[in-house]
Amino acid sequence: MTGESTAKVAFCTGCGSMSASCPGCGRTLDPPRFCPTCGRRLTVAVTPGGYRARCREHGDLALD
Amino acid sequence: MSRANYRNGMPGDTTATPIRTTVTLSAPNRGRTRPEPERPAIESGDARRRLRAAEMALLDEHRLLTGEELAGLAELPDQWVTSLAALAHQVRLDWCGPEVEVEGILSAKTGGCPEDCHFCSQSSRFDTPVKATPFLDADEVLQAAEETRAAGASEFCIVLAVRGPDERTMQRILELVPMVQEKTGLNVAVSAGLLTDDQARRFAAGGVHRYNHNLETSRSFFPNVVTTHTWEERQDTCRLVRDHGMELCCGALIGMGESDEQRIELLVQLQELDPTEVPLNFLNPRPGTPLGDGQPVAAWEAIRWIALFRLGLPGVILRYAGGREVTLRELQSMGMTSGINALIVGNYLTTLGRSADEDLQMLSDLRMPVGAITGVL
Repeated sequence: MTGESTAKVAFCTGCGSMSASCPGCGRTLDPPRFCPTCGRRLTVAVTPGGYRARCREHGDLALD
Repeated sequence: MSRANYRNGMPGDTTATPIRTTVTLSAPNRGRTRPEPERPAIESGDARRRLRAAEMALLDEHRLLTGEELAGLAELPDQWVTSLAALAHQVRLDWCGPEVEVEGILSAKTGGCPEDCHFCSQSSRFDTPVKATPFLDADEVLQAAEETRAAGASEFCIVLAVRGPDERTMQRILELVPMVQEKTGLNVAVSAGLLTDDQARRFAAGGVHRYNHNLETSRSFFPNVVTTHTWEERQDTCRLVRDHGMELCCGALIGMGESDEQRIELLVQLQELDPTEVPLNFLNPRPGTPLGDGQPVAAWEAIRWIALFRLGLPGVILRYAGGREVTLRELQSMGMTSGINALIVGNYLTTLGRSADEDLQMLSDLRMPVGAITGVL
């Protein structure tokens, strides 16, 4: 796990930039592609009924 | 990011189940669609004559339209799109019947593809958000097939982002196909790129009932969007699929900058290949790809081309595929009465779709029966 200083930074899950509300990345039909905590690319498996997005540092990401 | 949280926090945990999600659709592309060609002014009498001639050819003479006839219909002004759609729907019912074929698809190996298809986020040549991931394990593939069956589908397609299958990939696919068939009862299709004659033979012998290989666009436009292989190589694979007795699924991608004439050219080229199924994709511009700054096709224009694809390919399974949510938005049900008779349910390869429940409700509202593996549900 990364340290607290990293965990408090929000990254855009669409483009990975250091912003939680990145203009132009509000695509509703895309799964998250970047970890919101560290900005790393996520490993994403899209299935017919859902998706799984996993950061190698922070585990599975859930959006609810 | 207040709505985000982690679960199963241990890295490498493989027990996590895929997370179901409800997609809220907005209107992100309102007022921002691909420019359309200027079409000639056509008198209403002339428009009606063209439509009547097409109706007679398709419903009375039961023959295919020529490229010239299709080009004449493609010229009709916007106010005639509903007439094109109505004729296309009658043609679909007459040639194919009322059933709708429902399919689920799975990207079993994502990203890292050496090819440079300019519309694709899975090419290793472009800096896109999609991270390359290895072949999913058998349990993950089976779980996705179960999700597909639970959504009322009869078809399941295993898709791999590759130029063509290497020997290891061939063996994995040939293991998975009978496994999925036995566990779920679904018809299993495969999409794994360009094939050799021997690979096509082995897939056919291994129970692959349908193989997907898209032309995507016409021969004349293809070099604008793919440079790492040729249109003719794709055509060769399509022919091998048919030669070895598999059903051919050969799709199109509309909205990459091709002209009306090039779309008609593609329709005629598809007529010559005579596929069982044609998945109709609309460009959903992907960040980082050469077409990432493109604009989606306008909804009304998409309805026009759905109808024209049905009129050009009256007997095929014409499937709603990628981009329909972004392109058609509120007109998705109209596409079902404009020639479509199949859809991909749920999510796509790297992007999300609307829920299976929404699609099944739409079909129920339209009184369209869902085709089952042995009959109709």
